[in-house]
Amino acid sequence: MSVTRQQIMILHLALPDLESKTVAWALYDGSKSKDELQMQTGDSNEPPYESVLDAMRDGWNVIQLPTMPIFISGHEFEQGHLPYEYVLERKVEIR
Amino acid sequence: MSGGSVEKQHLLTAKQMADFAVNGYLVLSEVVPEEYNERAAKEMREYAGHGGRYWNESEVIRDIFNLPQVKGAMQSFVGTNPVYDHSFLHVVKAQHHKGQVYHADSIIDTRPFGYDIQAFYFSHDAPDEMGPTLVLPGSHLRKVSNGSIGRYKNIVGQRRLVSKAGTIAFLHHAIWHCAQPNFTDTTRYVFKLRMRPGQEQRALFNTEGYDSPEVADYIRKAGHHTWCGDEGRVNQVNIAKFWRYLTGDNRVDVSFEGALTRMGL
Repeated sequence: MSVTRQQIMILHLALPDLESKTVAWALYDGSKSKDELQMQTGDSNEPPYESVLDAMRDGWNVIQLPTMPIFISGHEFEQGHLPYEYVLERKVEIR
Repeated sequence: MSGGSVEKQHLLTAKQMADFAVNGYLVLSEVVPEEYNERAAKEMREYAGHGGRYWNESEVIRDIFNLPQVKGAMQSFVGTNPVYDHSFLHVVKAQHHKGQVYHADSIIDTRPFGYDIQAFYFSHDAPDEMGPTLVLPGSHLRKVSNGSIGRYKNIVGQRRLVSKAGTIAFLHHAIWHCAQPNFTDTTRYVFKLRMRPGQEQRALFNTEGYDSPEVADYIRKAGHHTWCGDEGRVNQVNIAKFWRYLTGDNRVDVSFEGALTRMGL
């Protein structure tokens, strides 16, 4: 019987359009053991996929769509975290 | 760092300050002469004390921050009467392969545009594989809480501060950054000094040409960071507002399409 583990990939896009360009990315790989290194900050300069749609074409399932920003009067110029965060997952066999 | 002001020639230029406004950091490459770097590098490798006390215990590090050009840069950021906040001798051991997570230092700052400056001094060469600090240019004006950005791993436009000995990188306290893995057999040292201003940070640099078309054009273009995506224009307008604060001129407008003027701001 095969055993699977979850991989979570987080892509931040330039726009809420799922076909827009990836501007940030992270991978959390549940198939790796505790003593193996996960993706490190600054370890890659090119995103693994150009867009969320590209990742979907490669078998990733989208499990979170970001809600749209709300612009409150008087606070329109305040900025914080990256707004268009998509969470994707896939299962990989470990045996 | 002793008090008193430096001669105008040692202050940062308008172009250098524009760079800081746009990116949230400014690198002065090899600003410290080699004789100081050799003394400091040797001392850092032999230092057995606590990193938080190095500033108080090292003569050479204080000499370095009293060099006219270094002092002039500090004065351009935090004025003639800065207040010591904290300092640390940061160490990444040889073959330490785990990077820090992205973070912004300290606590959410409620000053609209006031800032502390963090000077990162490299006493020895810090090539790419040695884990120089990673920064995200243009992230300094956003509100995040310390490690609330720790889930992010890679962001378009991030930059490792690859440096030659004698380089000092001056970072806005709120910039997103982290230490990087060290793949060499040599320990990496970076000395960080944080100072807060003793006065309003308006027109502290050599302001000559701050309102020139060249500087305005530079900030309009360079202030659009790719990683901001759809928020790029708003981010650029925040930089333009920051420029008003830094120059002390509440009318200067380097915003995208003159948005600040258009809105009567």
